[in-house]
Amino acid sequence: MKPAPFDYRRPATKAEALRLLSDHRDDDAKILAGGQSLVPMMNFRMAQPTVIIDINRLSDLAFVEERGECIAIGALTRHNDVMHHLLVRIHLPLLAMAYENVAHHTIRNRGTIGGNVVHADAASEVPAVLTALDAEFVIESTEGVRVVGADDFFLGVFTTAVETHELLVEIRIPRPNARAGVSFEEVSLRKGDFAIVSVAVEIAADDGQIESARIAIGGVEERALRAEAAEQALVGASLSDDVIQAAAAAQIDAISFFDAPGLSAAYRRDTAKALLERNIRAAAARAGRMN
Amino acid sequence: MTISVTINGEPIAATVEPRLLVCDFLRDHLGLTGTHIGCEHGVCGACTVLVDGRTARSCLMFAAQLDGAEVETVEGLLLPDGELSPLQASFRDNHGLQCGFCTPGMLMTATELLRQDGRLDREGVREAISGNLCRCTGYETIVDAILTAGRDQAEETA
Repeated sequence: MKPAPFDYRRPATKAEALRLLSDHRDDDAKILAGGQSLVPMMNFRMAQPTVIIDINRLSDLAFVEERGECIAIGALTRHNDVMHHLLVRIHLPLLAMAYENVAHHTIRNRGTIGGNVVHADAASEVPAVLTALDAEFVIESTEGVRVVGADDFFLGVFTTAVETHELLVEIRIPRPNARAGVSFEEVSLRKGDFAIVSVAVEIAADDGQIESARIAIGGVEERALRAEAAEQALVGASLSDDVIQAAAAAQIDAISFFDAPGLSAAYRRDTAKALLERNIRAAAARAGRMN
Repeated sequence: MTISVTINGEPIAATVEPRLLVCDFLRDHLGLTGTHIGCEHGVCGACTVLVDGRTARSCLMFAAQLDGAEVETVEGLLLPDGELSPLQASFRDNHGLQCGFCTPGMLMTATELLRQDGRLDREGVREAISGNLCRCTGYETIVDAILTAGRDQAEETA
């Protein structure tokens, strides 16, 4: 038996879960969803929560829905259910593409999109895509509901806007321009591992002219980075190799890369630059084809 | 706390401490030592079982979470007469195991895969077992075993 002892609570409704979170706000309570990040940390005793609030019975938090101009995804939706959902395949191809790199099938059977983003690993794929696509996060507590954008949601390594008494209930993703081209690629040590660097790109172009560009880079800072320098360099420009290389170079210059054991800052920089160029080119080519 | 759970078709009730992991529940409380424990943090796949028909790492679930669930372990694969199932026999025939440590997890992962619709190809099988580590075989014979079992199953239902 590995984890330290804890009290186990299994609310049957969202209201009950929010009440428990409120009651235990000062008790080091943790929400248990898929458990694919929390339970390993408990097995190592890196995490020793005193109360576990198991939300797996809140089946009304597992859905993918069209809602006006958004696709809404319930926080408890399992990765595999998001990845294979027809609405995601049709309207959010960038997310579907990124999911090919998220862990392994069995982990995706249990892991949830809400748990993934609240865990907020800096190298995780889904947060990078949600940052690129301007997602909004619906957070509830007994005190009410609030909605925050990606920039205010992801705050740093393992840190989000969700307070101890709050529950992430839903993620809303504005439906992207249907004519846009997308590309996601990462470099990792083994397939299924978190990325060393990942890049997500969505580009809309008309007659060779770039109308819009949304780009995020994972793994290079404490949270997924919105590549504003590259975006600015691309929008309004005519598609060419020179433009793509200049955009990538401008972005790389704006990042201070960090050293990690076995992975130098220089390697991470070169990888980020190569992935930026490659993904911008691929997304632009797909955007071009759709016109 | 008390849980009611169906293990390999047999309903049981048990009293468990909240922190008891499913893999330890299966092995230590129920004597089902076919489920192997490797890394104990969700990386190696040796402890894979089916929970309500979907594969899960039994080292990353608490027994308390099984209340009302149906669990299948490698012990449940055996045919009623005690013979190896076609999938297990295919692992034997194709040399899909050497030391056998990863085999229960491989078998349960392959069981879920073979229940899904669609034709299997080599690339698909490799992707499906990518979350299960094997340090002996080099994987090729495991892929052979699963592909052979899939082909035999398709011929039988055709």
